[in-house]
Amino acid sequence: MKKTYKIEVDCANCANKMEAAAKRTPGVLDATVNFMTLKMNVEFEEGQDHKAVMQQVRKNCKKVEDDCEIYL
Amino acid sequence: MSKKQKKMLIRILISAVMLVAFSYVPVTGMVRFGLYLIPYLIIGYDILIKAAKGIKNRQIFDENFLMAIATIGAFALAVSQQSGEYTEAIAVMLFYQIGELFQSYAVGKSRRNISELMDIRPDYANIERDGKLERVDPDEVDIGSVIVVQPGEKVPIDGIVLEGTSSLNTSALTGESLPRNIRAGDEILSGCINMTGLLRIQTTKAFGESTVSQILDLVENASSRKSKSEDFISKFARVYTPAVCIAALALAILPPLVRMLGMGMAAQWDVWIYRALTFLVISCPCALVISIPLGFFAGIGGASNSGVLVKGSNYLETLSKTKTVVFDKTGTLTQGVFEVNGIHHNALEDARLLEYAALVESSSSHPISKSLQRAYGQEIDRSRVTDIQEIGGNGIIAKVDGMEVAAGNAKLMERLHIPHIDCHKVGTIIHMAIDGQYAGHIVISDRIKPSAKAAMAALKKAGVQQTVMLTGDAEAVANQVADTLGVDQVYSELLPAQKVERVEALLAHKPSGAKLAFVGDGINDAPVLRRADIGIAMGAMGSDAAIEAADVVLMDDDPMKIAKAIRISRKCLRIVYQNIVFAIGIKLVCLALGALGIANMWLAIFADVGVMVLAVLNAIRALFVKKL
Repeated sequence: MKKTYKIEVDCANCANKMEAAAKRTPGVLDATVNFMTLKMNVEFEEGQDHKAVMQQVRKNCKKVEDDCEIYL
Repeated sequence: MSKKQKKMLIRILISAVMLVAFSYVPVTGMVRFGLYLIPYLIIGYDILIKAAKGIKNRQIFDENFLMAIATIGAFALAVSQQSGEYTEAIAVMLFYQIGELFQSYAVGKSRRNISELMDIRPDYANIERDGKLERVDPDEVDIGSVIVVQPGEKVPIDGIVLEGTSSLNTSALTGESLPRNIRAGDEILSGCINMTGLLRIQTTKAFGESTVSQILDLVENASSRKSKSEDFISKFARVYTPAVCIAALALAILPPLVRMLGMGMAAQWDVWIYRALTFLVISCPCALVISIPLGFFAGIGGASNSGVLVKGSNYLETLSKTKTVVFDKTGTLTQGVFEVNGIHHNALEDARLLEYAALVESSSSHPISKSLQRAYGQEIDRSRVTDIQEIGGNGIIAKVDGMEVAAGNAKLMERLHIPHIDCHKVGTIIHMAIDGQYAGHIVISDRIKPSAKAAMAALKKAGVQQTVMLTGDAEAVANQVADTLGVDQVYSELLPAQKVERVEALLAHKPSGAKLAFVGDGINDAPVLRRADIGIAMGAMGSDAAIEAADVVLMDDDPMKIAKAIRISRKCLRIVYQNIVFAIGIKLVCLALGALGIANMWLAIFADVGVMVLAVLNAIRALFVKKL
């Protein structure tokens, strides 16, 4: 399953870091962060509860880049 | 400016004013230190907090950390040397923040600019209820409902015109500025702007499936497919920052130790620490990391504004390396419709012969008959035609104005025992006989697009080395078209599967690094589109299959756009490479100067903020492709 989320982040390098953090989160098959359109596309692994996974993704992103937001 | 940006601007102004004012305040010692600490904290508190949080989350080595260490270090040096020179530390922080503000403003601005270029999303649809127009969300309109589009409004959903005539502005979809005329019965695509008359449209698709939604979806997701250059930069940034930090540490410690222990000279700790701090300021990877995706995004935005949809940054990169372009003939180089191309050996005037032919064929709906009727171009008075006799596979014989007119192929002439003249031209030949006398023949063939020849020349000029044409058509037709256009290689009489084989053979023989593009009209050539390095579908407005299979979609069917797409991609990639070389180059030079002690903090700030500003401005150039 794929979903797109709106994000808020200030710099391109931070967006790259968010992408890496999202990819590392368990339950996420793949993730891309598009800094120009401020969107995050997340592909979830089969049978994962995307809401729970996204909570964790958000937490991990906050860890690498304090000044970011994912609108769930 | 957003709220965040305004707040930052105020902070910058306050601390800048304080900095200038304090230089006239004659205080020394701890009072001076305390005084200068105020503007420093005003401008830099968030950086310090972020750096601390970064360390807590074990994410050191980001730019906040670099700036915090560099400025605190500069402060510490000033205190230990008792010079009272705090200005430098504050200025570094100040300029860094100015740079960040500019970056966020410029990126936000270009983001908005590009979105505006692509702003073709209709906000509402008009539905007629009880004689009154009602605005509804286009998402809520069912397939088959009737919507009304007034002059000046955007067509929200794909459909068929039931009533009304008008001119459409299709520039948002195709980049084409000439208006297109439309009337009842015609298919109409969402995203066009209705210019002159009221139109009543029966929808054939849901809003989400309509052309306009698909295009927006495609363009918005395009920059998510990252190019090699972008991957390179994110990897580079990951290695670069820690590497520079380690280098800075080494610069601070090693030379003084060597001087002290190895050469017996004074250690000069403060000099080397200052140089190390300069190093840190230079090292920010911002310029690179921002300008590359921005360049691609601007390139994709500019291209879509000219009617060229590129599905990803990676495709823009591949397109720029295209050296071979393979065409499917029908629908790309030719119109794919039959047209009268010549009238020979005629006993009557061209127009008269055409008139008779059109009249004889007036009851037939065969494409050939249609093309004759189109070429005649006037209303057909069917009362002039009587006794129509259709001879299957041969042609038609009928009475026109009392004369017996026969129109058909050579077999028909033989059947009627009328001597005919064969044609040296390629195409479908319609022989004509009036009252048993041969009256000449009409050549009907697929017409070459008016811009096709110029397009071939433009491709060569754009650096394409080889053009190839594939077709299922007969060899004679194929060779004639190829000769007229100046195509390098022709392969004719191919079945669809053989086209894939041909492309595979060409792929195997091309030099490494060069890319092969296949151009098709999106109808039944999806496998070839997928197989080529880059698949270009043209005239794809409204064709879902083509948009799905191709990597680059040309919204109108003008072959000139292929060369234009290549030029756009070249320009975009040129800008991206310029930025990579420029940003890395300046940084390396400044790092070297910093290590040698030639560069001070001020130059370091230029290397960071100045380079970033220039790179962002350069990246935005990729947006301007109209005149390419």
